[in-house]
Parts: sequence; C-alpha cells; structure tokens
Amino acid sequence: MDFGLSEEQQLLEQTLRGFLAEHVPIERVRELRDADCPNDRSIWSALAELGFAGVLVPEAQNGSGLTLLDAALVAQALGHSATPSPFLASGIMAPMALATAGGTAADAWLEGIGSGDLVMGVAVTELFSVREGAGVQQRGGQLHGRAMMAVDACNANLLLVAIDSETFAVVKTDAAGLEITRLNTVDATRCTSEAVFEGVRPEAVFDGAGDAIRRMLEAGRIALAADALGACEAMIEQSVAYAKERKQFGRLIGSFQAVKHMCSEMIAELEPARSLLWYSAHSFDAMPEETPLLACHVLAHVSEIAREIASVSTQVHGGIGWTDEQNLHFWFKRIANARHLLGGPEHLRDQAAKLQGFAPAA
Amino acid sequence: MDLEFDARYDDFRSEVREFLSKHKPPKSLGVAEEEASGRITWLSLLIEHGYWARTIPEAYGGYGAPPDLLETVIMDEEFNRVGVARGFNAQGPSMLVPTLLTHGSEEQRKRWISPTMRGEIIWCQGYSEPGSGSDLASLQTSGTEDGDDFLLNGQKIWTSTADKAQMCFILVRTEPDAKKHEGISYVLLPMDTPGIEVQRLETMSGSIGENSFNQVFLTDVRVPRANVVGKRGEGWKIANTTLKHERSSLNANAEGTLLRLAKLMQKETIGGVPAMASPMYRDRLMKLQARALTMKHHGMRMLTCNLKGEPAGVAGLIVKLQNCQLSFDMAALAIDVMGELGALYDHTKYERERGYWQALSMFSLGLIIGGGTAQIQKNIIAEHGLGLPREPKPAKV
Repeated sequence: MDFGLSEEQQLLEQTLRGFLAEHVPIERVRELRDADCPNDRSIWSALAELGFAGVLVPEAQNGSGLTLLDAALVAQALGHSATPSPFLASGIMAPMALATAGGTAADAWLEGIGSGDLVMGVAVTELFSVREGAGVQQRGGQLHGRAMMAVDACNANLLLVAIDSETFAVVKTDAAGLEITRLNTVDATRCTSEAVFEGVRPEAVFDGAGDAIRRMLEAGRIALAADALGACEAMIEQSVAYAKERKQFGRLIGSFQAVKHMCSEMIAELEPARSLLWYSAHSFDAMPEETPLLACHVLAHVSEIAREIASVSTQVHGGIGWTDEQNLHFWFKRIANARHLLGGPEHLRDQAAKLQGFAPAA
Repeated sequence: MDLEFDARYDDFRSEVREFLSKHKPPKSLGVAEEEASGRITWLSLLIEHGYWARTIPEAYGGYGAPPDLLETVIMDEEFNRVGVARGFNAQGPSMLVPTLLTHGSEEQRKRWISPTMRGEIIWCQGYSEPGSGSDLASLQTSGTEDGDDFLLNGQKIWTSTADKAQMCFILVRTEPDAKKHEGISYVLLPMDTPGIEVQRLETMSGSIGENSFNQVFLTDVRVPRANVVGKRGEGWKIANTTLKHERSSLNANAEGTLLRLAKLMQKETIGGVPAMASPMYRDRLMKLQARALTMKHHGMRMLTCNLKGEPAGVAGLIVKLQNCQLSFDMAALAIDVMGELGALYDHTKYERERGYWQALSMFSLGLIIGGGTAQIQKNIIAEHGLGLPREPKPAKV
C-alpha cells in the first residue's frame, strides 16, 4: 500500500540509467544522426540482452512480463538520454497489440521481439489523423495504400499496420510491393517513415482486434509521455547545472531571481506530471477501466509542459543553448517530434471530453 | 505502487459509511463562538471513531492509529461523497499541532493538542507585520524579558480569525542583539491578555467568503516565558516547519472544484446552447482537468511521503504554488463561461451560485500571495529544492 516506485523499480531505473550514461552518451547520439536510421541495432541488442526489449512480452513467450509502469520507467530513461531505439514500437506498442490479440503467429513474434532478434515497427497514424489522403486498405488479401509517420519501421524486420480501429496486419519490411522511406523530422533520435503498400501480401491479419488496438495506443501514449518527461528531466538538470556555473555581471546566473524562477516553474510542472504518469501507467495493469481517459490526459498534459520546458531550458542557457555544439537541441527536438506522434494535445483532449460524454461522440 | 484495497479495507470503508449514515455534522463547522458546541461535539465524535486526529498519540488526545495511506484515502473519499468535512480545517490543527508534535515540550503537548483538535480552542497565527511580509524574518514585534514573563509590543497583520481565537502562536523578537534569523521566539499567547487590540481588515472579496482577516496591536502584553515553544531564539526554524506543513498541505480539492465547474458548463447556456458544447470552453476544461489530475495524484504521493516519514524534497515544495494557481484558473474559466453575467456579485439578481466563482477567484488570489507569495515560493523551490545560490546581499549604503 504505497503511492510510489517499488525498490525493484528504483533499481531497474538506476541500472538502465547507469548503462545508458556509459554506453549512449550524447556524443554517441550525435554520431547516429548521420546514419540512414538512428535505431542502431547494436544499442538495441545490448538493451535486449539486459531484458529491456521484452519488458512487456509475457513470460510464456520468454519475456519479462512486467507492468506498464516498469516499461514507462524504461521509456523515461531512454528519453532522459535521448537514446535512439525502437523501444516505442517494438518494446511497447507491438507487444501490447500482439499479446492482447493472441494466437500462434503472435506468440512466435512476441518471442522474437523479446529476445531483440526481431524488431517490429508500427504504422498507426491514420487511426487518429489522416493527412495527404493516407490510409491502408485490404483488397483481395493484399494491402494497398500509404501509412504516414510510421514509427521505428525503417530498420525493422516486421511492420504492424493499422487498417481500421478493429483490424491490423503484420507485414515483412522486405515484402514485395512495400516501400519504406525515411521521413526526416527535426528529431534525429527517432525513426519515422512513410510506408507505401502496392499489393503487399501480409503475414497475418488480425480482425476484431479493437481491444488490442486500443490497448496498444493507450500503452504507446503513456510510454511516449514518459519519454518526453525523461527528456524534460534531462533539460532541467542541465539548466540547473549551467545556472550554477555560468557567471554574468560578476555573479552566478542562478543567483538572479529571473533565472531561479524559470527553473522553479519548470520543476513545479514536472513533479506533478510525474505523479500523474506513475498513476496512469499503474492504472493500465491495475485499474484498466480508468486508463482510456488517463492515457489521453497524461500525454496531452506532458506534451504541453514539455514544449514550455524545452523552450525555457534553452533560454536558461542563453545563446550557447541555441548552438548545435551544446547538444541541448537533441532533447528539444525529441520533445517537438513526440508532440503529435500518437495524437496531438488538441486531439487527445477532444477524446478525453468524448470519453466523459462532454462532447458529442464522432 | 500498491493501491489495492484488500478485504480489510472493504470492512473499513463500510465502517466509515455506516458512521456517516448514522451521524450528521452540525450545519456549519466554523470558528465562531455560536458554532462552538456543535463543533466540539462533532470533532470529539470523529476522534472517538478515529476519523480525525487519527495518527496523533492517545496521550495527547488523538486516536493513536499507525499511519496508513489507504485508510486516509478511504476516509476522504467517503466523507467527500456525502459532502461532510472530515475534521476541522483551521490553523490550530493544521499548523500548530504538527509544530508542537515536533518541537513542543511534553507539558505543552499535553495541554494544547487535545483541546485544539476537539475545536475547544481556536488559534490564530501571528507572523506577518506591516513592515515584514515577504521578508518575514525582519519582524520587529518585541518580547522584552520582565521577570518570568515577556512583555510584547508591536503590530501583526493578516491575522485570520484573530477576532474569534482564544490563542495565538506568535513570532516575536526576544534577542534584539542576535542576527536577524536567530533572535526570534515562537510563543503561545492567550488572546484575552490585556493590551491586545484586534481590528478587522476588509479584503477585496468583501462580504462573500468566510475568512476574516485582522490587524492585531500589542501594547505591553504580558506572557509567561514558559509559553515559548522550543528554545528562545529558535522561533524562525520552528516557524519554518509549520510553513512547510502549510506549503504541502494546502489541498485545494481540485477534483471537487473541477466537477462543479463541469456541471456549471453543462447547465449554463449561451444562445440556448450549453457552454459545454463549445469546443473552446471544453478544451480549456480538459486542460484544467489534466492539471487537477496531476495535483490529485501528486497529493497521494506527498501523503505517502508524510506517512512514511520520508522527505518529499522539491516535489513537496511546489504544492502550494501549483494548487493556488489551479484554483484561480478554474474560477477564471467559470467566470468566462458565465460571460457578462460572471461579474454579478453581492447576491444580485441573475447571480450564479451565490457569487461562488468570483469569491473563489479572489480568495485564490489571496492564497497565491498569502503564506509566502508565489515569487517567494519560487525562490524557496530554487534555493532549497534545486540548490541554486542565494541572491548576494546588496552592499550597505
């Protein structure tokens, strides 16, 4: 009976953050921005060896079978270190969809995903936002159409593609008729791409999978909020450290109230958001009836405070914060990209209102 | 994270429900003299059942139960559900009692805690002075040694409920030669002592709203030296433990206010259409709901820290800052939803909810300033929470 992290969770967080600080320092992130895809498989293999690829994979498929709160702590650590990895798609969303949908094919993929041998991207944007007339349809057992802003797809083995709110398919990324093209965003630490389907034969189609799709989106949104919150933590830490060493007018800038108040306002937004994140992630396993609303609210809220924290942290650094050399922009851009990746704040708040009967359902 | 309610808690919940179905609180639970008998009976009944003063030791008139987060949550949920206050939100129970538990002598604890929790004694807080607001430690009210007593002289301001209180916990300068922070003592002062004059201080919210603010003038007020809490000259340190309680305990019940706001938006119509149908107002409501949710769960996190005796660190310092602003922002949306009728006040025709939202707006603004302004809170968060350096002292002119 306790509102907080367990000793095991604190240990998990420490272990992972320690590992990332050593093996994925920001200089490594900088190197990866010039790669074709930032999702370097050697980093992912190392994370998989530590058991982080299979956090949400059930024990029956040799995964760790942990809770979403554990997984959120992993996402937060990855955001904190701005680590490029396919964790959002392959560690959170795909396993949640497959484990909920079930079946022999799903079980086999889950085992591969948990070991890190298989990486599965997800293409789900059209579930909540259709741009450029995108969308993927099934015709005669083949997939046609286009999915925008697919996550972690270009260095993956498999791609999960949503067809509608009840149906998803899994395809091989090297299947005939499938073209995956990287779409460069401001964020060099996350892989996004376009997937064009011209008569692609899927490995499997999951019908009547409404619950699987809903749970996948909820888990993804909570994990993405955790990732952004971790990025905010990193930016605040750097701002406070800089304010304690930078001198102007013969004083440490951190002794100026204007700078102090910027830092206080950032931490005053971060800490309550952390509490909501813990509760939302915990609800996913313990009180799933509460999760649909919480997942919308936590991501919308974190997206709002994260934009402000990203801006203010940069301002605390002054001109140097705006340079490429200072590295702060890796987190700024990771936050910027996360904002609309699984539904923007306006969309999520509209969903939250609908869930409570405050707005007419679509 | 463990928020499971096991069978034991089901029993506890039905126990609380049964209590609430059998017992009704007095009509009002305020600090006024005419409310005293109803208040004392009700609080004593709550203590007897362990719903108030639950974790205060029996020796000091409490119920003496070990701290338990879920029991606290259940009691709050059940009392909130029937709209009954669980205890008595006044400065004695919320500020003085925690201070005495930490710093008081055995005799002081035995004498004051029980009647304070039972609502027999109403306390006011004598901290601010006309010349010492944000810079509280510069306070000048003096306590001059005179035999076994101190003679108090000076003026206090923002002393809420001073007109109704029997006792005051007051900060006075007893060591005029010591450094600013080291010359202050924390003293328990009976309000019927000769030489005390209380003057009402009108605030911007006028007739609506129940808080009465006052100025207190002290002229040769005699108080025994034995009434000092802790050591002489350590009053600043002691007052800060109390202020810390104020900072992390200012629970605005944001969730309740948000529900009330949502109801208003469903009821209030503009051109015959409910305000809730407007995407603009609705989006603002959803933003506020997310903030209310953060503070609700943050409150659970802080409660866990309190009950386990673990320091909450910077996460505890931000509570007052965030809750007061949230409360102000919720009132602002309600007023906007009522539009041109939102400014109606003083029980005028067409006024909604007897002026509740305008009163809440102004009262929240008072809370943003009181107990350390938002800007002082931000200094404290930065210096004590984040370790940023203090502002250098200006050179003496």
